[in-house]
Formats: sequence, C-alpha cells, structure tokens
Amino acid sequence: MNRFSYLRATSIDEAVRAAAADPTSRFIAGGTNLIDLMKYNVERPERLIDITRLPLNRIEEADGGGLRIGALVTNDEAASDPRIRDRYPLLSSAILAGASPQLRNSATTGGNLLQRTRCYYFYDPGTPCNKREPGTGCPAAFGRNRIHAILGTSEHCIATHPSDMAVALAALEAVVHVAGPDGERAIPLSDFHRLPGDHPEIDTTLRHGEIITAVELPPTDYGRHYTYLKLRDRLSYAFALVSVAVALQMDGDTIADARLALGGVAHKPWRDPEGEAMLRGQPAAEDRFAAVASHILKDAKGYEDNAFKIDLAKRAIIRALSQAAAGTPQSQTDKRIQ
Amino acid sequence: MSAGHSGSATLPERIPVTLTVNGEVRQLDVLPWTVLLDLLRDHLALTGTKKGCDHGQCGACTVIVDGKRINSCMAFAVMKDGSNVTTIEGLAKDGALHPLQQAFIDHDAFQCGYCTPGQICSGVALIEEGRAKTRDEIREFMSGNICRCGAYTNIVDAIEQVIGANGEAGR
Repeated sequence: MNRFSYLRATSIDEAVRAAAADPTSRFIAGGTNLIDLMKYNVERPERLIDITRLPLNRIEEADGGGLRIGALVTNDEAASDPRIRDRYPLLSSAILAGASPQLRNSATTGGNLLQRTRCYYFYDPGTPCNKREPGTGCPAAFGRNRIHAILGTSEHCIATHPSDMAVALAALEAVVHVAGPDGERAIPLSDFHRLPGDHPEIDTTLRHGEIITAVELPPTDYGRHYTYLKLRDRLSYAFALVSVAVALQMDGDTIADARLALGGVAHKPWRDPEGEAMLRGQPAAEDRFAAVASHILKDAKGYEDNAFKIDLAKRAIIRALSQAAAGTPQSQTDKRIQ
Repeated sequence: MSAGHSGSATLPERIPVTLTVNGEVRQLDVLPWTVLLDLLRDHLALTGTKKGCDHGQCGACTVIVDGKRINSCMAFAVMKDGSNVTTIEGLAKDGALHPLQQAFIDHDAFQCGYCTPGQICSGVALIEEGRAKTRDEIREFMSGNICRCGAYTNIVDAIEQVIGANGEAGR
C-alpha cells in the first residue's frame, strides 16, 4: 500500500475544501472497498480525508413524505431501520442480499454507491485496463468475462457496477444529495452512475471535491408488491450475476405502475422505461412479463463466458415480476426461489 | 482539527490513537496506513485474531468494535480512535470460557482452527444482534465467515445451542 497523509474532517466544508485542494485525495468512510483497492495498489491516494465524524449518520423524514438516509448510515443500519423495513422493504431486502454482516456493519450508504467494479482485470495492476489506466485496453472483452456486462457496454469497457443497494435505489427513483465547492445539488440515482462509453475511468457524475451527504427516497408506497431477486455463483456473500429489483403498484390483478431495475448486467443499475411502460395498465400475466423481459434484453450482447446472462436475466425478470405481483417477495434467508 | 499533520506536502507522521481493547485502555502512535488487524497482532501481540485473505472476503479477522462485528483487515486503526474493541482474547471472563467458546468445543465446531476466532467473534455478535432464530438464518448471518475445513454444520450446532440456552434462561 502507498503512503498517504490523513485528515480527520470535522465539518462538511472542511472535507470539501480539503478534497478540492488536492486531486490525489479520496474521502474515506467505511473503507471496505477503498482499503481493499489500496491493498492491491489499484487506488493510490496521497491523502485520505476521514469523513466518519461528520454529522451524516441519521435517517430522517424528508419534506414531502419521503425518507432521507444520511451518507454515513451503514448498510446494516439502513437495512434494519424500522421505517425502511416498513416503507421501503425493497431497499432493505437488496441490502441484505449483499456482502456479509461484517461488511454491512462498516460499509456506508454513500460508499456503497461509489464502490468500484469487481472486474478481475481492473483489480490486477499487472494487466491493462481502460478503467484503471485509460488507453491501455480491455482484456475482459476477449478474456475471462463471466461476471461482466451484457447491456450498455463499449469497446473500451465491459465492467459491471457491483452494488445491490443501488439497484433497489434505482427502482425506487432515489435522489442523491451532494455538497461540493460550488454548493449543493441533487442527482437522480439513474443519472448518478454512467455508462463506460469512451471514458470508463469515470464511474459517476460526481465531481472531484463533491461529497455525498444523503440519499432521499420519494414517498411512493409499493406495499408487499416488490422483490429483490439475486442470482449468483453461491447463495450468500457473492456478487450478482444477475439481479432484479421490482416494485409494482397493483390495482387488483392489474399493474397500475411498475419500476424495474437490473443489477450485475451493466456499468450502472439498468432501467428500461419502455419496458416498464409495457406493464402499465396490464394484467399480471406471465406472457406479458416474458414480452417485457425480451424487450429489456433486446440489445444485450453476450461475450464468451457470460452469454448465459441474457437468458438468465430474462427468466429472472419474469420470476421477479411474478413474485412482486403476487406480493411474495424473495426471502434473503430462505434461498429457495418460489 | 487535522489529526497529526497539516498539509499534503508534509510527510505523514504517527498519529496518537486511544483504543479500549478487551477492557484495557491502550494508547499508541500509529502510521495512517496501519490496519486495525495489524495493530492488534503486531503492536498489541493479540495474535488470536487471524489474517486470512486480508481483503474482507473470509472473516478470519472478525472483531467486535463498539458492539458491531467488522472485518479488522478493512479498517485503518487511526479511524477507530476512541473505539472499544473486543477480540477472541477478551471473551472469556474470570477464567470461564464464553458460552459460545464452550459450545464450539462441545460440538467439535472446528478442524484446523484458523477461522475459529473469527467464527466465534462473529457468532457472539450474531447472538447479541438477536436476529437469527432458525438454522437458515444462522447460516445466512454467518456467511461472512468462511471455513475451508467445512465445519459449518457443527458451527451452526454450536451457535444454535447458545441461542437455545439464552432462550431457556429468558423464560
């Protein structure tokens, strides 16, 4: 690990000013991804700004009926908060599907959004990687790519965003609040992460020096008509090959409104507004779900090891929509998929 | 307040850190990149906590910090200034094993023993959390601790015994 200097920030202003003044600096909170990347020499910050003492660790009612989750609220605190379990069980379920109890006790809401891909080549400084070193190439496209993306890839990068939490937040249409040298702004979750395009080294639309202060959930109530279905190589403590977050507004057997996001398949949580529109006003029926799944995956591109994800994603979408419509969300402890 | 230095041009210096480890207040001067796991093992000679993968994937380094189980390999010691840390060495009280330590012996819940301190610290925190009631739940909420010998069945038996005994005592 490289040597670095350490600043324990005592205010958001101090943290932002220190970060803006030093392009080699990084904020650190839970550290569960950054320390790992530093141990592999993938990240080599010259200055770490410890933000764990900032007052961003509360979950509060938002104006207008939503909930505001402070950036430093840990994954476990968010998943077990009674208001989140009651009003946003999809978020609680997705968080519990990810990582391990130990990691969820350290990892934070803001850090979860900013975690980096688990692409093997990105993690190995002995190999080229356009995300780690722009212009060096993407060995994943022609190498081992079982865990890689099938949607929204570019010739420069086929990495996925590994978060489960962010997939639920995308479906719930959360908003990310940030503070920076130029003041505060709010970024819809769907605009927070970006596709790789020509600049896979840039994961998000956050600018250097900006700090996430909170993630806000809108007031929509989906009741029991949700699910987070995560498929992976082992049943716990593994990243998603494919995951699906679904939230439905049901009017009897008819779908009044639908939100659906995919994880494990793209550089960001994958939403498809056209696919969601195909569900609106329709009866909850498997042939309709299959048509939606085909639509969402119509432009998918498989690589040597991950072409299976296209069919897997379609089946997962159908199953997840069935679970949500029936009001029988996937259990994250009983691993049987009903 | 900048802890221990000012400005990125200066060389990092050692930063004073106070931790309560197994009930004992310990004051140390640490470099910013010292990880809690290495501080426990190399600075405090508490080698019960094991280094397995060193990347947050195996759970051998699990300790309890301010009541929460965490991977001590994924935490800089300087960031834990002021915290209360419990390691495997701090679980026995007055010469009596913690009930979960005894349960691991009763159920032969280990083979090589390398993951055991992490398993037990994780299990102690799991029992305190009070969330796991069924074997499925114990398995899921112990999934952050890998056992390459495959002693999982007996580990679940040991944890189930303590949860069951606590339930009996609570009636």
